[in-house]
Amino acid sequence: MDSIELARRIRKHALRMTSKGGSSHIGAVLSMADIVAVLYADVMDYDVAQPRWANRDRFILSKGHAGAGIYAALAESGFFAVERLDTHYQDGSLLSGHVSHKGIPGVEFSTGSLGHGLPVGTGMAYGAKLDQRGHRVYVLLSDGECDEGSNWEAILFAAHHKLDRLYAVIDYNKIQSLAKVEDTLALEPFVDKWVSFGWEVREVDGHDHARLKQVLDAPSASGKPVCVMAHTTKGKGVSFMENTVLWHYRTARGDEYDRALAELDKS
Amino acid sequence: MRNAFIAELTELVVTDPRILLITADLGFGVFDDFARKHPRQFLNAGVAEQNMTGLATGLAMEGRIVFTYSIANFPSLRCLEQIRNDAAYHDANVKVVSIGSGFSYGALGISHHATEDIAILRSLPSLTVVSPGDEWEVRQATRALLDTPGTCYLRLDKSKAPATHKPGDVFQIGKARLVRPGNDLTIATCGGILEVALQAAEVLAREHRIECRVLSVHTAKPLDVEAMQSAARETGGILVLEEHTVNGGLGGAIAESLLELGTIPRGFVRMGLRGGFASAVGSQEYLRKIYGLDAPAVIAQALKLSGKDR
Repeated sequence: MDSIELARRIRKHALRMTSKGGSSHIGAVLSMADIVAVLYADVMDYDVAQPRWANRDRFILSKGHAGAGIYAALAESGFFAVERLDTHYQDGSLLSGHVSHKGIPGVEFSTGSLGHGLPVGTGMAYGAKLDQRGHRVYVLLSDGECDEGSNWEAILFAAHHKLDRLYAVIDYNKIQSLAKVEDTLALEPFVDKWVSFGWEVREVDGHDHARLKQVLDAPSASGKPVCVMAHTTKGKGVSFMENTVLWHYRTARGDEYDRALAELDKS
Repeated sequence: MRNAFIAELTELVVTDPRILLITADLGFGVFDDFARKHPRQFLNAGVAEQNMTGLATGLAMEGRIVFTYSIANFPSLRCLEQIRNDAAYHDANVKVVSIGSGFSYGALGISHHATEDIAILRSLPSLTVVSPGDEWEVRQATRALLDTPGTCYLRLDKSKAPATHKPGDVFQIGKARLVRPGNDLTIATCGGILEVALQAAEVLAREHRIECRVLSVHTAKPLDVEAMQSAARETGGILVLEEHTVNGGLGGAIAESLLELGTIPRGFVRMGLRGGFASAVGSQEYLRKIYGLDAPAVIAQALKLSGKDR
């Protein structure tokens, strides 16, 4: 399956999962769907038959609230049956709203509280460097979660230790939970911050698959850890969800669900 | 205790490539030997405990056994959520080591008083919580934690009881250690304040003919319930002594277990901190006296418990 089709399926699954189970964060999943699809379809090395294969590339979804998107990506990539997605966020399911590894093959690390993924990914990358192993570690963060100080501790550490196989991918849709990022706790000049902290920064349209593949796959050119600053649209793919704060929490139901699904079907 | 810990770890690291020691920029001079001999197994993560604990989890998930080190509440409460969500939920082999339990850093003030850590950390599912009473226990505990899977908390004290182990003594995580035999009363304790328990027991035996069973309950979790039941059945009451709040500490753990099992001791006293934050300034010894945790206070409570105060 190519990344375009995988992204489309991630979006549709996530819409159905969040609608059926009544959970939030569809806007956040739609925002990152292309990044995740490119990683799983074209970039990362993994083996669905051996989810813990030692040389796999590691992926951590630090913005754990978009867990529906990861479950969908893993199911469509062959880690578990797609039918299991129907149980998401419901009584007795293994698929919680925020991503959990318990009983789910392919989930590297459980998240949900923000600012946890990058330190752990940094530890994995540091361990790989000590052992001179070649796999890569990808951590996908939201922009809003960069408010968390723990991230900046890890950003300092990774640069200091030149963890050049660590990729921090920012889903920079510029909207956080209650308002725009710049109206909440301004991050700009965001790229400059990462650069000044000693990272190699690559800016990209976070919905352009060809460019995403390039920047996510290319090794560090500088010996520094890599920050992929992916400019994205929150709610991407559903016109009435795009660039709105509302769809961070709102669940699509009834007519809204039908219209959203129709738009994704056409995409 | 700090030196005993690092001495033991320096021995263990020679044959165990899984060990990695991370400090959050504390331990001046303490790690020099370790770091010089094993530079790939030592790391100063800077003054960044949240990242240190996340790092440790990531490293542990890749097969290492990681000791995170700092003082007082910095490696525990400062990064509590990282211990809970990252290390413990993933059953990661992270051993959180804090030097400075209770009033070890007494005169530095409440930021450096680790007086709620047992209660907080023992409430986390799957965590093992160890608070040794003397240096022998520290060395044994350090060694034992290597073979204890998952996330553990090792609480080290500045104070310590004098060496009490005898040839053949066995240290086991989750098993209280009988330091002094007796059947009149039990003094159950954890941490360096074991020294106070032993001082009090000595006086009680000599001057009041009360023979105390002194237990070093070095593992607050999992608790040695059997030893507590025996103490309840075989002695005239249990006095729990801890340099820690009485809320949820060792005394609370013992009370919960015994009441649930229906094994009710003839008397039960929790000696710990009660009256809010300890804002008095002074050494560990001084603060123990001020807050009623010194040997005279223990003796008074023991006499009351045994009915000999009248």
